[in-house]
Amino acid sequence: MNDWEAVIGLEIHVQLATATKMFCGCPVSFGEPPNTRVCPVCLGHPGTLPVTNERAVEYAARIALALDCSIAPRTIFHRKNYFYADLPKGYQISQFDLPLGLGGHLDVELDDGSTFHVGITRVHMEEDAGKLVHAGGATGRIHGADHSLVDFNRGGTPLVEIVSEPDLRTPEQARSFLTHLRSLLQHLDVSDVNMEEGSLRCDANVSVRRRGAPFGVRTELKNMNSFRYLQRGLEVEIERQIEALEAGETIVQETVHFDPVSGRISSLRSKEESHDYRYFPEPDLVPIELDEAYVQRVRSSLPEFPAARRERLQQHYGLSPYDAGVLSANRELGDYFERVAELVNDDKLSANWVTGNLSGYLNAAGLEVGESTVTPEALAGLLRFLADGTLSGKLAKDVFQMMTESGREAADIVAERGLGQISDVGELEAMIAGIVDANPGPAEDFRHGNDRVLGFFVGQVMKQTKGQANPQLVNDLLRRRILG
Amino acid sequence: MDPFTLTAHDCRELLSSGRVSATELANLYLDQIERVEGDVGAFLLVDREGALAQAAAVDAKAPADRLPWEGVPIGLKDLLCVEGMETTCGSRILKGYRPPYDATVVAKLRAAGLVFLGKLNMDEFAMGSSTENSGYHLTRNPWDLERVPGGSSGGSAACVAAAEAPWSLGSDTGGSIRQPASLCGVVGLKPTYGAVSRYGLVAFASSLDQIGPFARTVRDAAALLDLIAGGDPMDSTSLGLPGPITVPDRTDLGGLRFGIIREYLGEACEPGVRAVFDDAVAAIQSLGGVCEEVSLPSVEKGVAAYYIIAPAEASSNLARFDGVRYGHRAAGGVDLLDMYNRTRSEGFGDEVKRRIMIGTYVLSAGYYEAYYGQAQRTRTLIIEDFRRAFGAVDYLISPTSPTVAFGVGERTQDPLAMYLSDLCTIPVNLAGLPGISIPGGFAGGLPVGIQLVGPHFSEQGLLDASYALEQRLDVRSRPPIAEVTR
Repeated sequence: MNDWEAVIGLEIHVQLATATKMFCGCPVSFGEPPNTRVCPVCLGHPGTLPVTNERAVEYAARIALALDCSIAPRTIFHRKNYFYADLPKGYQISQFDLPLGLGGHLDVELDDGSTFHVGITRVHMEEDAGKLVHAGGATGRIHGADHSLVDFNRGGTPLVEIVSEPDLRTPEQARSFLTHLRSLLQHLDVSDVNMEEGSLRCDANVSVRRRGAPFGVRTELKNMNSFRYLQRGLEVEIERQIEALEAGETIVQETVHFDPVSGRISSLRSKEESHDYRYFPEPDLVPIELDEAYVQRVRSSLPEFPAARRERLQQHYGLSPYDAGVLSANRELGDYFERVAELVNDDKLSANWVTGNLSGYLNAAGLEVGESTVTPEALAGLLRFLADGTLSGKLAKDVFQMMTESGREAADIVAERGLGQISDVGELEAMIAGIVDANPGPAEDFRHGNDRVLGFFVGQVMKQTKGQANPQLVNDLLRRRILG
Repeated sequence: MDPFTLTAHDCRELLSSGRVSATELANLYLDQIERVEGDVGAFLLVDREGALAQAAAVDAKAPADRLPWEGVPIGLKDLLCVEGMETTCGSRILKGYRPPYDATVVAKLRAAGLVFLGKLNMDEFAMGSSTENSGYHLTRNPWDLERVPGGSSGGSAACVAAAEAPWSLGSDTGGSIRQPASLCGVVGLKPTYGAVSRYGLVAFASSLDQIGPFARTVRDAAALLDLIAGGDPMDSTSLGLPGPITVPDRTDLGGLRFGIIREYLGEACEPGVRAVFDDAVAAIQSLGGVCEEVSLPSVEKGVAAYYIIAPAEASSNLARFDGVRYGHRAAGGVDLLDMYNRTRSEGFGDEVKRRIMIGTYVLSAGYYEAYYGQAQRTRTLIIEDFRRAFGAVDYLISPTSPTVAFGVGERTQDPLAMYLSDLCTIPVNLAGLPGISIPGGFAGGLPVGIQLVGPHFSEQGLLDASYALEQRLDVRSRPPIAEVTR
């Protein structure tokens, strides 16, 4: 088995989170009642025409540029012709030989710190089909159903298809590539990238060969809707192909389905049903010409990607690799930190609080960063009290707790509850003089070198100040008073 | 009032002067429809009730509050979507289909206050040159009821010729406005590709289709073009015209050069047609225009290229008629594929099936380059031929059709003979140019049209020149149907 090697390429469909559909003004939405987000255009009524959604083109360009593709100066849509009940026009408007983006790559970092390079063949735009609901059967699948219903709400949703080169060699790499791609898309803010909801879909082309031999015959694994199933499906299919070849059988080029429940592969389409899609240029649309200025504008609007940010956070703020990793994996959390750090003159303190207390609160409450009751500005206000000694670490945590519950500013809470540390030297000196004079025995012990009694005096001061005295200041004043 | 001499401008004048109410005018045409429709068969649907309701709404307004063309009736080719009004495209597969929206041109006419008389007969999905491919009934030429009106906009041409409407809208993919205008002795204009929105025009061949006017006079055609032209956010391929169209009043052709397309005067051109054309050339010269022969060698391959490109686009455009969402659905399908097969077998006529098959074939893997790719290259050559010609002349002239109206049934068994009807008009669509057919005279008592073609977006100049020629030729006659039915 050892000299077998798998060759894997992925085709990823990304549903774009635009406000409206690819070629009409219907809102893009999930979970609405069937056929309520439709119009004559996306229902394919006679006489209707598509009009390209500019925002979708921009999102697609963002994706292509983030994957380091070159943007075609002139790109056109083609019609992909086939009949199916979920395809209202009898063709899908897609791209063929002049896609938006060509020849990019994504470098994927593995857990061990090593990276591998995955080529991106192309990035193109197209429209989604509707959804079929098979009714009257037990399984919800087409076999056994007595009729089918079509919901066209999804029909016409903008999609971007990303095709990788066959550069992946193991199911782990495939999974890791998809994970990185998903994180990248998340940073681009162009899609919900939710595999369960179908806003991120993945097909895999896979073949096996003896190491160094030419590519073998590939099969296509369709519609893997989770990272785990992608990896598992590939493992099972690779094993199936190797066993078949070792038994002297041949692999048939076909589309196969992985059933995660049984863990088995089954053939989805019969062999010779290879479609001739009769692609030809879509005459209802004009070519899209993106000039250099447009490409530059989109390129400069791209956010910083995780790897670059991690590097920068370490360099610029002196953060540990761990903190930098946490803060760059989630774009919003990283943005939150940088805003706090800008307002508080203590980067390490800011990082500790954002990765520690803030993240803890968000996790416990099940909130996204953007939903936090405590804004970066509010947290900065709290941290400033901590940095200048107004609040002790313990008190700061209490105040933070109150801030998360009430959404109020730290300053208001501190003022209202009288929580500011007593740092008034005169006030404390008077108090300490009284306490030392009232306890001549322990004072004498301290003068003779028994440092531990200092704790007794500090305790007395804290008791009288209800814990609000600045501990460092109390220490200093006590020493000065007793040792004179 | 004699509908045979009434122009749309006359209608407008009668309405604005208050001499006629919109209801009276609508009734004039509805009565004429009743009188001649049994012979002509121009309409697939006469919306008497709707027309009278629209007219009554116009009459409820003071003349001063009305828009210029408010209350003038019009007929619409049955491939223009009118919200709630049956729109079949002349096909059985769309029997009973009522669009949920108005085509952009229909919305414009509605906003302008025109009164919709009904929907006009056509070759099924605009595929044909005689209207004999209608899935419903024949339309007959008002000049000779044994002859065809041309096509595919045969109903649109015949209804104006038979005075069932002062003007109408049609569509032209390879000559479907100009050829029937020629055969029926009326004016028909195909605008520059992109001058008029195609939104709501049921597509035949998207890269060739344009909506345009039929009228009794060049001035009426100009006015109707002005009402429908304009860029449309719903049609990415629309641009509109450089400016509004003004009513032509040019009386001479001094300083203009006209190119006579040599390739169109070969043996396919009937002598009677040639004679009328020669008279038109003489008329142009008498108005100060200069006529010279030009050669456009690639146009001879126009019909061949067209019958690859148009069916290719049609095979895809007509895929949506699948029985799933609207229109005809065959009973008894055992599964999806069977339902498709039955529905489309029952719903489409022979010519439509022929073109779907041709179009599917020429787009197939392995054949695409040899057919579709080659046809597109030919199209480019034709575009270059026209561009070169317009470097030397202002307008091109030719007979619109090589023959006068042919007999019913004469060419139905010979598709190639039928296709050659559009010899002179097809290259104009392939190049996206504006073309107009105006009545030039008669051959054997049947109308002969003269085609004028201009550069892209030259509609104003083309109409001005056509108007001058129209006035000089002064073709005045009325179709025999007027006498027969009196």
